[in-house]
Amino acid sequence: MKVIVNGRERELAEGATVAGLIEQLRESPDGRGVAVAVDAEVVPRSRWDSTPLTEGQRVELVAAIQGG
Amino acid sequence: MVDVNAEGAAREPATGTLEIAGRRWGSRLILGSGGFESLELLGEAIVAAGSEIVTVALRRVDPGAQGSIMSVLDSHGCFLLPNTAGCYTAHDAVLTARLAREAFETNWVKLEVIGDDRTLYPDAPELLEAAETLVGEGFVVLPYANDDPILNRRLEEVGCAAVMPLGAPIGSGMGIRNPYNLAIVVEQAGVPVICDAGVGTASDAAIAMELGCDGVLMASAIARAQDPAKMASAMRSAVQAGRLAHEAGRMPRRTYARASTPTSGVPEFGNPASDRSS
Repeated sequence: MKVIVNGRERELAEGATVAGLIEQLRESPDGRGVAVAVDAEVVPRSRWDSTPLTEGQRVELVAAIQGG
Repeated sequence: MVDVNAEGAAREPATGTLEIAGRRWGSRLILGSGGFESLELLGEAIVAAGSEIVTVALRRVDPGAQGSIMSVLDSHGCFLLPNTAGCYTAHDAVLTARLAREAFETNWVKLEVIGDDRTLYPDAPELLEAAETLVGEGFVVLPYANDDPILNRRLEEVGCAAVMPLGAPIGSGMGIRNPYNLAIVVEQAGVPVICDAGVGTASDAAIAMELGCDGVLMASAIARAQDPAKMASAMRSAVQAGRLAHEAGRMPRRTYARASTPTSGVPEFGNPASDRSS
């Protein structure tokens, strides 16, 4: 299935979860400083494991940078 | 009054603590982490500034990013204040704040809702709407605002924990462009006033504090100085000096001179010509 991750289409296995995607994208997913929104709804870290992604969803995965 | 310790040396008097949302801070200098050329320079600036609160931003994950700002801020024991920089609507700012709450496990947010990218001035209606929504969701909202007394009052009324009027546009280094407005904001505020943006050098920070601001937030003035750590040290002194001057209460201004030495008891030396008779 295809989902849009940070504006780019990405092929994921059926049944992939938010946790699985984060693992793919980050070498050391300690979670702190990282947050996820799926279709403009924030997914709390406690639910990353249990939140499946579905075809066509828009995922925004953000992390801390210098700013402000 | 200056305290004198057992050795008789003058000690700097305490300037009191900055209290925001029931939490006390020893430093009145909030550091923005943006603009530093390296994380090492940022770390040096944090130490030199003595800042406890440091802002961070959120952006799309960059798998190639070098180093972690989180580890630098954690190693210095900083309190992370996430911002909503880059948001142009209340909708985006609210969503970014929710993401930040998740990422940093804090309900504090420096709320920025920008009107355009040329001035980076806040969009007042969007800012107010976002502030009200986030306060309703339990956030401690610190809004970056225009130096408009009415807007700052409205932000306080919707429940912001502090107000953060600008001194000049972000990154401009132009100093406090409207000290009279800032003084009005301070005079009417029932929450802390943090001057956010515009400071270019130490005297600007001192002016903001002399006007009665409870703190100053800056990034570029330090990050873009030739020697960021040295400027951070200067800013620390300036914020303290400005606060002390505010608490001390400045002398009134007057147009004409007023002698500081008593005018009575001045010796009279007579006429120089008659003293030289021979």
